[in-house]
Amino acid sequence: MNEAGRDPELDGRPVGRRTVLGLIALAGAGVVGGKAVQDGLAKVLGPIELRDPTGLISLLPWGDSFRFYSVTGAVPTMNAETYRLTVGGLVRRTASYTLADLRAMPQISLVRDFHCITGWQVSQVHWSGVQLSTLLDLAGPTAAATAVRFRSFDGTYTESLTLEQARLDDVIVALTMLGGPVTHEHGGPVRMYVAPMYGYKSTKWLSAIELTAAVETGYWEHRGYPVDGFIDPSRGKGA
Amino acid sequence: MTGTVPRFGAVTRAVHWSVAVLMITCIVTAAILYNGSIALAVGHRHLVETVHVYAGFALPAPILLGAFSAAYRQDMRRLNRFLPRDWRWLFSRKRRDGSIKVGKFNAGQKLNGALSGGAIAALLGTGIIMYFPGLTRLSWRTGATFVHDWFALAVGLLVVGHIFYAVNDSEAQRGMLSGRVSESWARADHGAWADELLGPARDGKPEASNDAGVTPT
Repeated sequence: MNEAGRDPELDGRPVGRRTVLGLIALAGAGVVGGKAVQDGLAKVLGPIELRDPTGLISLLPWGDSFRFYSVTGAVPTMNAETYRLTVGGLVRRTASYTLADLRAMPQISLVRDFHCITGWQVSQVHWSGVQLSTLLDLAGPTAAATAVRFRSFDGTYTESLTLEQARLDDVIVALTMLGGPVTHEHGGPVRMYVAPMYGYKSTKWLSAIELTAAVETGYWEHRGYPVDGFIDPSRGKGA
Repeated sequence: MTGTVPRFGAVTRAVHWSVAVLMITCIVTAAILYNGSIALAVGHRHLVETVHVYAGFALPAPILLGAFSAAYRQDMRRLNRFLPRDWRWLFSRKRRDGSIKVGKFNAGQKLNGALSGGAIAALLGTGIIMYFPGLTRLSWRTGATFVHDWFALAVGLLVVGHIFYAVNDSEAQRGMLSGRVSESWARADHGAWADELLGPARDGKPEASNDAGVTPT
């Protein structure tokens, strides 16, 4: 400070404050309009990214790409020889299916946008697999069964659906995704895909399907996510 | 022989290093959460996410708590204000030769501070939207994720740039570690600030000294 007690360094314009407020405003606009921007970018960049020999495009956060969640340490890798899917609990006929068994069953295909509850999304993802209702019919739930529980061979993850939700047409035991077998990173060789719900309802590395007397809260639901995972809120209450 | 001058008070340094630790924690956990290969190798997403989110929530705390210190408030005010010489310095090719005397902070430091501050606020807000999905509609969460990703990338580059300049200037590091810098460094890099503390340099000699808190080394 000088003799007058005034700090000459403070005479300038408050560019710092304006910058901070400008960035906050930009972020606010991005929250409201970011989805539209991202959808536009995905349309333009998607085809380029597929042919990008450097792979640099995919390093930038354009959106429209999967994020890989694993809630444990290393997850074992399963293949056609080692993989088994058991169906049990409150059923008349328990079963253990190999990958070949599942592939021999009637398959359906779906093309849907994948939504994580936190907001990231991937548009128009291709899926195919066995409708869960097919496996439920084969197992024959007992009268006491009202819910279906999914287990993962990561040893930790669980999820549940009501029996009614589990019988929806677009709830599948997925064997292919994005035009090929479900990869290990995506939860392969077999994972759930519960199309009408957020991603956390679609158990990766699926190992067991159990019929239960009540919906049991799953891994992320213990940690705050809603048990009812419908993306379209109007579908939540009645189901 | 040259004396030293006080550059940063204890509170400013404590805020800087607290923010540094929290920011590095956020960046490391963000890399794990964002990059698929790292995410699968590390796993334990809930733990990583919890560390990331709480480090992020804590990040503004030291910045705000620092405001109890008058010296810190003065540093913040000086970072905020851009004088004409700051713009000249920023756009001059000769900015490093000391011919444009800048104050306690040069324009790059001021911009870094403002961009970091604004980005921290944006990341905090969008992070809250993502972490509490019940607060907003899905399309806003998608927008928040998009904003969070790009701001995170930008902040990562800012931090890398900040560390790059710090690594190349041991006297600047000393200022943030011990609180004091050499008079010669102050004269060369922050001439107007050195003039304010020490009085105008005599005959351009960096040794010029007066009684303004100067201690010999």
